[in-house]
Amino acid sequence: MTRKQRTQLIVPLIAVLLGFIVGGVIIVLTGKSPWGMLLALARTLTGFDFSGRGGFNPRYVGEFILQALPITLTGLAVAFAFRTGLFNIGAEGQLMVGSLSAVAVALLVPAPPVIHPILCLLAAMAGGALWAAVPGLLKARFNVHEVVVSIMMNYTALYFVNWSLLQFGSTDRVKTPDFPPSATLKSEFLTNLTNGSRLNWGIIVVALAVVVFWFVIEKTTFGYRLRAVGFNKEAARYAGMRVERNIVLSMMISGAFAALGGAVITLGTFNFGRVLPSFEGYGMDGIAVALVGGNAAVGVFLSGLLFGMLKAAQPLMQSQGIPKDISSIIQASIVLFVAMRLGIEALLDLTVGKRRAVK
Amino acid sequence: MAHIIEMLHIVKTFPGIRANDDVTVQVEEGSIHALLGENGAGKSTLMSILFGLYQSDSGEIKVRGKSVKITDPNEANRLGIGMVHQHFKLVHNFTVTENIVLGLEPRRGPLIDILTAEKKVAELSKKYGLEVDPQAKIEDISVGMQQRVEILKMLYRDAEILIFDEPTAVLTPQEIQELMEIMRRLRAEGKTIVLITHKLKEIKAVADQCTVLRRGKVVGTVPVDTATEAQLAEMMVGRVVSFSVNKKPAIPGEVLLKVEDLKVKNTKGVLGVKGLSLEVRRGEILGLCGIDGNGQTELVYALTGLVKAESGRILLNGKDITHYPVQRRTEAGLGHIPEDRHRHGLVLDFRLDENMVVHSFFQRPFSHWGILDYNAIRKNAERLIEEFDVRSGEGPATPSRSLSGGNQQKAIVAREIDRSPEVLIVAQPTRGLDVGAIEYIHQRLVEERDKGKAILLISLELDEIMDLSDRIAVIFNGEIVAEVQASETNENELGLYMAGSVRKAV
Repeated sequence: MTRKQRTQLIVPLIAVLLGFIVGGVIIVLTGKSPWGMLLALARTLTGFDFSGRGGFNPRYVGEFILQALPITLTGLAVAFAFRTGLFNIGAEGQLMVGSLSAVAVALLVPAPPVIHPILCLLAAMAGGALWAAVPGLLKARFNVHEVVVSIMMNYTALYFVNWSLLQFGSTDRVKTPDFPPSATLKSEFLTNLTNGSRLNWGIIVVALAVVVFWFVIEKTTFGYRLRAVGFNKEAARYAGMRVERNIVLSMMISGAFAALGGAVITLGTFNFGRVLPSFEGYGMDGIAVALVGGNAAVGVFLSGLLFGMLKAAQPLMQSQGIPKDISSIIQASIVLFVAMRLGIEALLDLTVGKRRAVK
Repeated sequence: MAHIIEMLHIVKTFPGIRANDDVTVQVEEGSIHALLGENGAGKSTLMSILFGLYQSDSGEIKVRGKSVKITDPNEANRLGIGMVHQHFKLVHNFTVTENIVLGLEPRRGPLIDILTAEKKVAELSKKYGLEVDPQAKIEDISVGMQQRVEILKMLYRDAEILIFDEPTAVLTPQEIQELMEIMRRLRAEGKTIVLITHKLKEIKAVADQCTVLRRGKVVGTVPVDTATEAQLAEMMVGRVVSFSVNKKPAIPGEVLLKVEDLKVKNTKGVLGVKGLSLEVRRGEILGLCGIDGNGQTELVYALTGLVKAESGRILLNGKDITHYPVQRRTEAGLGHIPEDRHRHGLVLDFRLDENMVVHSFFQRPFSHWGILDYNAIRKNAERLIEEFDVRSGEGPATPSRSLSGGNQQKAIVAREIDRSPEVLIVAQPTRGLDVGAIEYIHQRLVEERDKGKAILLISLELDEIMDLSDRIAVIFNGEIVAEVQASETNENELGLYMAGSVRKAV
C-alpha cells in the first residue's frame, strides 16, 4: 500500500471515530449516557440486543440495509460527477425524475415479472440521465455552473414530478395506485429472512451499480477519458479528447445513478409513487456519502452503509431516551471531519514523524 | 571588504527532501554574488530564508556582522534586504509611482502626496540610469520596464541588498544587456546584489563571486573572473557538459508543414496571429523566435487544434488539416510538446504511466475493446523511463505531480518523440530546466531531425533557437518579420527583428 492509499483509508476512519466522539460528548452534555447510543448502533448493525436483555431481531439489519440503498446510489451519482470534475448537487431531482419514470413504466407498460422491474429501472436511468443532461449541456455549451442549474432543477423536479404523479389517477392525492405485482422489487424471501423488514431486490441493483461504477471509472478507456477531463480539461483537450461531450456524458451517467435510487425506493420500499411535500434529502446525503467514501466505489459502498446505519438507528436511540437528532449531528460531524482531512493528515504526519524520530 | 550577509550552516528540510544541507554563503558588501545551481539545487529556498519567507531548521544569518532572525519579509525590508521576484507583483492599472509607494505613501494631511513621490521616483530613476517614466501606467510599459519598477520599489525602500530571482527569464537580449548595465551601476553606487540564475553567460558578464549549489549542498564559491563557463557548468551538474549542440548540417527535404496566411484570435478576441505564413521541411528545425506575447502561443494553439483559426490554411504533408480536431491531427502525424507542461502536457493527478498514453490509451496494446490493459501501460512507461532517463520515486506508478519539473518535461518529450510524428511542434522545450536536461532534450530533437522529421521550435531563449535551428524565423506582432539562415545571423540582428524595429523581406 502506498502512503497515499494509507491516508485515503485512515483519514475517513479517524473522521468517523471523531464524529462518534462528538456525538457521545453531546449526549453526555444533555445528561444522558452515551452507552445507549452504542447499544442502539450495535443493535442496528447486528440485530443483537447487547443491553443484557438478550434477543436477536434481524429486522433491524434489514431496515438498516434498506436505508443504505438509495443513499449509496446518490452517493455513487455524486462521486461519479466529482471524479470527472463536476459537482452534481442535483441528485435529489434526478432521483425524483427517476422515480417518476419507474412509476410510468410500472403502471402503463404491461410486462412479465423480472422483465418488468428491469424495464422500470432502465426507464428510471433514462429519465435521470436526461434530467441531468440539462445542467451538463448548459455547462458544456455556455459554461453555466452546474451547481446553480442543478439546484434550480431540484425544485423543478419536485413540482413537476408531483403534478405528473397525480395524472396517473390518485384516490387521495398523496400516492398513485399500487403497481401490478409484476413490477415490484419486493422480495418475500428477503423479508422473511429479516423477520419482516422491507429489504428488497434493490440490494442487487445497488451491488451491480457499485461494481459498474468501479469498472467504468477504473478499468475502461471511457473512464480514463472522463477522469482526464475531470482532473485537467486543458490537458484532455490537448490529448484530443472532446471535453464538452464528456462533461455532458458525465452528468448523464451521474443522473442515471441517482435515478436508480428513486426507482429502488418506489419499486422496492413502497410499491406506489408518492407525492412529496418537500425534499427527502437523498441528494444531500449522497454528497456526504461520496465525500466520506473518497469518491471511490468501495468507499461509497462502505460509507453508504455507515450513513444508512445512522439513519436506521434513530428510532432505537429515541427508545433509549436519546434525541434522534444526535444521529444527524454525528453525520454532520463526520462530514466536517472528512472536510478537515488536510488537518488530520498534518496531525498524522506529526505523530508518525515523532514515532520515526524516537526510533 | 566586509561581509554584508553571512548565511552560516543553513539547514532546511521539507518532507522527504533536504533542500539546504549545511549551506554557507558569504556575500561581500558592494559586490554581485551569483547563486548558481540546477533546478531543485536549493537556490530559491536559500534566498527565501534570507528574505524571511521560510525559516531555516538550523544555522545562523548575519547581516553586517550582527546575528539576526528574519521572521518575515517586513523584517527583511527593515534590514535593507529587497527581492525582485521572477513574477512581478505590480498593480496593472496603477502608475509606476503609485506602485512604488504602495504601502509607504507620503501624505499631505489625509491625501497622498503623489507629486513628492513622483519627484523622488524620478530622482532615483535618474541616479541609477533606469529611465522609467514615473507617470506611466504599468499596463502600458514593457516587461523590461516593469522589472525596473520592481527594482525602483526596492530602492525606494532603501534596500541595500537586492536579491534578483532569475531576472532575465522574461527579457529580450537587448533588455538583458540593459539589465546587466543597471546591475553594474547599482554595484557602483554601493549596493550589494545576489543573483539567482542558472545561466552561465550572465554570471560571467556581471558577477564577482559565484557560489554553486548542487542537491542542497555548496559545491564551492569561486571568483568569476578566473572561472570558465565550462568549469562552472561542471560544478553545477557534477560532470562535463557539452554546450554546443552536436549536429550535422541539415539536409532539408520536401515541405511537411505549410502555413498559409493564418489568422488566429487571442483570448481577448482580437487577432494575435495576423496573416502568418511559414514552411518547415523534412529534416530541418525551423526556430521561431520572438518576444513573449507576439502571437507564438496563438500560432501553436491553431497549429495543434486547440483553438480555431479565423482564416488561412494549415497543410500537413500536403493535407489540409485546418479544420481537423486535435485527435485527427495527431493521427495525421502531428506531435506537440506544449509550452505549459502543467496546463497541457500532463494530467498532474494521473500516474506517470497513465500520462504516457494520453494519445494512445484507446489503441492496442493499451486497451482491448475499451478496457484498459494496465500491464501494457506500465510496461510502456517502464521502457520510456529507462530510455529517456526520467527520474521518479516509484517508477510508472509515481504521481506525476511529485516529479520535478525537469523530469515532468522529460516525460512529455519521451511521450511525444516516442510516437515519432512527422511534424513536431516544440514550444519552450527547456524552460526552467538545467543544463544537463537541456543538453539531453536538444540531442533528442536533433536526432528526430536527422531521422527526417520536420521540427518547428518555438522558444523565448535566443541561445536555444540559435543552437538548435537550421533556419530562424522571427515573429513580431503576429507576423513573420524576418527569416534567416541560423549560420548567417547573430543575437544582435535577431534582437532588432524581435523588437520590431527592423524588418527583412520574407
